[in-house]
Amino acid sequence: MSTATLDERQAPYLAELDRFLRGRGDAAPARVRTLREQGLARFQSMGFPSTRDEAWRFTNVQALTSTPFRLGDGVPTNPMPLVQRVALPGAVRLVLLNGRFAPELSDLSAVPTGLKVGSLATALAQGAPECSHLGEAPMDAHPFAALNTAFLEDGALIAIRKGAVIDTPIHIVVITGGTGKTMVHPRVLLVAGEASQATVSLTLLTSAGEAHYTNLVTEAVIGEQAHIECVLDQRGTEGAFLTSNLHVSVARQGTFRLRTVTLGGRIVRNDASALLAGEGAHVDFDGVYLVDGSGLVDNHTTIDHATPHCTSHELYKGILDGKARAVFNGRIIVRLDAQKTDAKQTNRALLLSNDATINSNPQLEIFADDVKCTHGAAVGQLDDEALFYLRARGLTEQAARDLLIHAYAGEVLGRISVPGLRQQLERELFRQLERDLAEHTQAGAVPAAGATVDQE
Amino acid sequence: MSLLSIHDLHVTAEGKHILKGVSLDIQPGEVHAIMGPNGSGKSTLARALSGHPGYAVTSGRVLFNGEDLLDMDPDERARKGVFMAFQYPVEIPGVNNAYFLKAALNAVRKERGLDDLDAIDFMAVVKEKARLLEMDDSMLQRSVNEGFSGGEKKRNEIFHMAVLEPTLGILDETDSGLDIDALRIVSHGVNTLRREDRSFIVVTHYQRLLNYIVPDFVHVLSEGCVVRSGGCELALELEEKGYGWIEAGEARA
Repeated sequence: MSTATLDERQAPYLAELDRFLRGRGDAAPARVRTLREQGLARFQSMGFPSTRDEAWRFTNVQALTSTPFRLGDGVPTNPMPLVQRVALPGAVRLVLLNGRFAPELSDLSAVPTGLKVGSLATALAQGAPECSHLGEAPMDAHPFAALNTAFLEDGALIAIRKGAVIDTPIHIVVITGGTGKTMVHPRVLLVAGEASQATVSLTLLTSAGEAHYTNLVTEAVIGEQAHIECVLDQRGTEGAFLTSNLHVSVARQGTFRLRTVTLGGRIVRNDASALLAGEGAHVDFDGVYLVDGSGLVDNHTTIDHATPHCTSHELYKGILDGKARAVFNGRIIVRLDAQKTDAKQTNRALLLSNDATINSNPQLEIFADDVKCTHGAAVGQLDDEALFYLRARGLTEQAARDLLIHAYAGEVLGRISVPGLRQQLERELFRQLERDLAEHTQAGAVPAAGATVDQE
Repeated sequence: MSLLSIHDLHVTAEGKHILKGVSLDIQPGEVHAIMGPNGSGKSTLARALSGHPGYAVTSGRVLFNGEDLLDMDPDERARKGVFMAFQYPVEIPGVNNAYFLKAALNAVRKERGLDDLDAIDFMAVVKEKARLLEMDDSMLQRSVNEGFSGGEKKRNEIFHMAVLEPTLGILDETDSGLDIDALRIVSHGVNTLRREDRSFIVVTHYQRLLNYIVPDFVHVLSEGCVVRSGGCELALELEEKGYGWIEAGEARA
């Protein structure tokens, strides 16, 4: 990380923090105030990352850190259409508007027995027992996570009682926007009791117009034999900045499946880390992203196999167009005791233009000797022979391309178990692809072979 | 009017001049077999007719129903009624065979001025044609050609042809790699599709297929030219004597 001296990029953020704390600092519970102080101290000592930092080598956040964002006090003028656009039928919905619980946009009328969904601020004020997990996740190395903690105020608490099987989809909608350049630091805490089961979708939206910044931290604690699926659905506008830190710890025989879908944003950085804390625990980290223009999508994953007989599967698939850049860094740690680990990591990228770039870096640290760890990366264009085969049956070139891209993305999208969300995301992907193709036509550019590939 | 009229066709692939002036006339309802030794240009002819981007037509003319075929994109040729059964059908993971075929059929129907078939009507068509090719329902629901055996791939090609009902079917070495049972099923499928307004070009190295799909005409290609044309008895002659005699000088006789 950068040197301890205050980097001047921090100053506007610290001023904003000062304003925030003076505004409502004293009202917060003591625990929140302590966490904020710790977050601030870490943020100050680390500073913002630069490309000299290993974890940020290919991700220059200058455009983000040099923007004077204001904390989201204002609200988007008309958020209801945004909510309606993404609403899932039959779901329990909690909306965070500029970081704060918005009851008027939420629908908590049908929360089933065994499930608790609500404002994190309220839960903290009431001293809800699940809140003891807040701040447990080891995110010391992430300056943006520290920044989120420094601004800790509200977010969502999702708690699933021991043994509860929740069929109702749980939908958290995070909306950032308003007049001026807005930033928000929402926090999501997910606590799944022993042998519980649920699906939680987090949809991140930004309102059009100004560039906005969403800095999300998600902490998940998965009990023994619990099965939780989490969809991180990122649909920022073209100018949006997004940093997401997710940490999950999975107890014995528990399963956590993460599907990260990124369909928009100027700079998107996702850190997802899992601690496989009990024998037989399993995680899936899957991701699919579409990035175009001069956008950047960076997925950093860490899976810590700390106990024996755990399994982890990672599949990330990118679709890159224009001058887009993507980064994938997949770190897998297999501790000395973690015998019989089975870890599989796959990273693929589909380059639709000559100017797109991906940096892919598997990072395996294996200390046990009886383990199975595999990783693979593949970067390429659409298969010409497959395109010709489809066209030779009568499909237009565009229909053939769409079908192949659909199949490519479908491998990940198809794993999303909430049908309404899966269909929304498929439609959104195609809406964006069509826009891209239209841009190609206007510019006279031809998607072709030969794009830059950096494979380490 | 001929269904297909090929005049002095020259084709290069990967910089090599492969077809050196092929001319051929096919009337509606006829089956023409194209035979010849390896490297004679049989498959090049099939692929050039289907519009494969790897095969460049350097001169010549091809009229299909009186229209300039070479001026059309591959998908336009397909929609106008040209069907190519691939020698090596491509595996396409993630693309459902039935879904793809429905998209293809509706593209072809649109060209013919017909409405889209809905899922129920489509399945009715498909079930009937699948029976013809003795295809398992599971092959419809799998990804296109993925994990299919060689025989299943070829059956799937003819099944696609049966559903799309082209006016010209081009079979590019459909018999290669087939055991006798699969050969019988595939041939039966093709024979059922024979009609007075539908023609076929059957590209094959071996006479065996022509016992099942009996052609009206046989053309022998050698070094990119048609060196002999005749009736189906020519195939038997080739079977008996091999290709050596053609290359050795019969062509010049």
